[in-house]
Amino acid sequence: MTTPTRPARYPASRWLTLGVLLLASVYFLAPVWWLLVASTKTSSGLFSGNGFWFGDFALLDNLRDVFTRQGGIYWQWLGNSAVYAVGGAGVSTLISAMAGYALAKYRFRGRELTFNAVLAAVLVPQPLLAVPLYLMFSQLHLVNSFWAVLLPSMVSPFGVYLARIHAAAAVPDELIEAGRIDGAGEFRIFATIALRVMSPALVTIFLFQFVSIWTNYLLPVLMLADDHLQPVTVGVVGWQAQRAIGPGAPPLNVVVTAAMVSAIPLVVLFLSLQRFWRAGLTAGSVK
Amino acid sequence: MTTALPGRTAPQDPTARPARRARRPARTAAMFLAPFLLLFTALYLAPIGYTVQQSLFRMHRSGLGLSAPTEVFAGLGNYATALGDPAFRGSLLRVLLIGVVQVPLMLLLALVLALLLDAKSTMFKRFFRLAFFLPYALPGVVGAIMWSYLVAPGLSPITAAAHHLGLHLNLTSDGMLGPTIGNMLTWGWTGYNMLIIHSALQAIPPEVVEAATMDGCSAFGTAWRIKVPMIRPALVLTTVFSIIGTAQLYNEPAILHNVAPNLSSTYTPIYAAHNAVDANDFNLAATESVVLALLAFVLSFGFLKLVQRRGAAS
Repeated sequence: MTTPTRPARYPASRWLTLGVLLLASVYFLAPVWWLLVASTKTSSGLFSGNGFWFGDFALLDNLRDVFTRQGGIYWQWLGNSAVYAVGGAGVSTLISAMAGYALAKYRFRGRELTFNAVLAAVLVPQPLLAVPLYLMFSQLHLVNSFWAVLLPSMVSPFGVYLARIHAAAAVPDELIEAGRIDGAGEFRIFATIALRVMSPALVTIFLFQFVSIWTNYLLPVLMLADDHLQPVTVGVVGWQAQRAIGPGAPPLNVVVTAAMVSAIPLVVLFLSLQRFWRAGLTAGSVK
Repeated sequence: MTTALPGRTAPQDPTARPARRARRPARTAAMFLAPFLLLFTALYLAPIGYTVQQSLFRMHRSGLGLSAPTEVFAGLGNYATALGDPAFRGSLLRVLLIGVVQVPLMLLLALVLALLLDAKSTMFKRFFRLAFFLPYALPGVVGAIMWSYLVAPGLSPITAAAHHLGLHLNLTSDGMLGPTIGNMLTWGWTGYNMLIIHSALQAIPPEVVEAATMDGCSAFGTAWRIKVPMIRPALVLTTVFSIIGTAQLYNEPAILHNVAPNLSSTYTPIYAAHNAVDANDFNLAATESVVLALLAFVLSFGFLKLVQRRGAAS
C-alpha cells in the first residue's frame, strides 16, 4: 500500500498474478467440491451426468444409510475417534507442558541432551514408528486393544518442543520468583501461574495432537482388527475396501458420504482456530 | 539426567541481585519431566530398540515343521534377504523417484504461490490462503479416498473430460500410478508448505523490500534476488520435511489399491513392511523398517549437510 503507483504501472502483471492464483484455487478446491456434490447423489447418479454438478438429491438418504449401516457402527467409529483424539491430545498436552516448562525454566545437567533427543524425535515420523510399535505391542499382547492406539497418542515430542519455546519466551523468571517468595511450591507455581501464561501454546499443542490422532490411519489399521475399536478413518477405508470385494458392500455414494462426514470435525476446528494453526506451523521456520 | 546438583547453587555473580532459585532444580525438573520421559522411553526408544533387535533374528523351523519354530540369530541375514528382494528394492527406488520428481515440483509451486500472495498488489489474499490450505485441513485418508474416485476408471470426471476431447486416458494404468500418487501428494501438501514459506516471507523487514524497489528492482527481481535468499531456512525446513514425508508414504497407495488392483502391495517400503506383518514375517517387517528409517535419515541429513556446505561456501 505504500507504493500505490506500482499496481497502476503494471496492471498486466496484476491480472496475471490473479489468474495464476485463481487457477491454483480451482486445482485445490475443485476436488473438495466434487466430494461435496458426490455425497448428495444416488449410487447410479455418480456414474452418470456431470460430476461437478448436482443430480438427484439424495444427501439425507445417504446420511441415513451411513449412520444405520451395520447397526449404526459409524457412530461408534466417530466416538472411538473422539476418545482417542481427546484423550491422547489431553494427556499429551499436559505432559508436554510439564516437560517443556522444565526444559525452559530449570538448569540441570542433561538438559541439552534431553532437548536434543526431543528434537531428533520430532523428525521421526509417526508412520515410520507404527510398524515397530506393532511388533513390540504384539509381543506384549497389547494389540487389538484400546490402549494400543491410545498409549502411543499420548507422546508428542513436537508438543514438548513447542511448550519449551513458548515457556522460555512467555513465562518471565520474575513471575516464578514472585511465586517462590510467596512461598508457593514448584508444582503450584507451574499449575497456577505457568499453565495460565502458556495457555495459547497449549491450545496449539492440543490442536496439533488432536488432528494427528484423528487423521492417523496406519497405526490403528495395524493395531485394531476388531471393528468396534476402530477409529473412523479405518472404518471408512474398510468400507471402501469392501466395495472392491462385492455384494452386500456399502455402495459408492455411502462411502463418499462417510468420508465427507468424517472430515467435518477437522474442517470446523481448522476454520475456528486458524491463528493457532499458524502459530504451530510457523514455530519451526521463523527462528 | 536426574543427577542432582549440590543443594543450593551459589549465584554466579556475587554482585547480582540474589535470584531466588528452586531449592533442588534437578530434582524438580526430573519430576516435571518424568511422565514424558517414561512414555517417550516406552513408546519411542523401546520399539526402535526392539525392532533393531528383531531385525537380527529369524524364526527357524526345524525338520518337518511340526515343532514350534525357534528364534535364531541371523546376523545381517535379514538385511541380505530384504535388499535381495526385487520388490522391496523397487519400493525404495519408487519413493526415491517420487522424492526427486514430486518434492521439487511441489516446493516450487508452493514458493511461487507464497511469493504471489506476498506481493503487495495481490487481491483476495485471505481467500487464496484459505483455499490453498484447505486440503491440509482434510484428513489424508479422506483426500486419498476422494482422489481414488476422481481417477477411478468409469467414475473419474477427468477421464470423462479427456474422452470428450477424444483422448483415452487411464489414470490408474501401471504407467500412470506414479504421476497419480505424485498429484495426490502435491494436492495435499502444497498448501502446508506454502504457509510455512509465506510466514517466513512475512517476517522479512519491509524496509529491505522497499529499499530494493527504490533502487529500481522489479517485483520479480526483488522476489528472486532479495526474498528467496532471505527465506532459505524455511525452504530447507520444508525440503527436509518433504523428504521424510515421502519416505513414509503409505495411505495414498494403500487406498488407491482399492480402485486400482494393479497397484502392487509392495508399492512403498511401509506398504511392504505392512505386508510382511500381514504375512506374519515380523523379522522381515522389522528389517524393512530399519532400512527405511536409515534411508530417510541419510537422505534428510545428507541434504542438510549439503545446504550447510553450500551456505558456508557462498
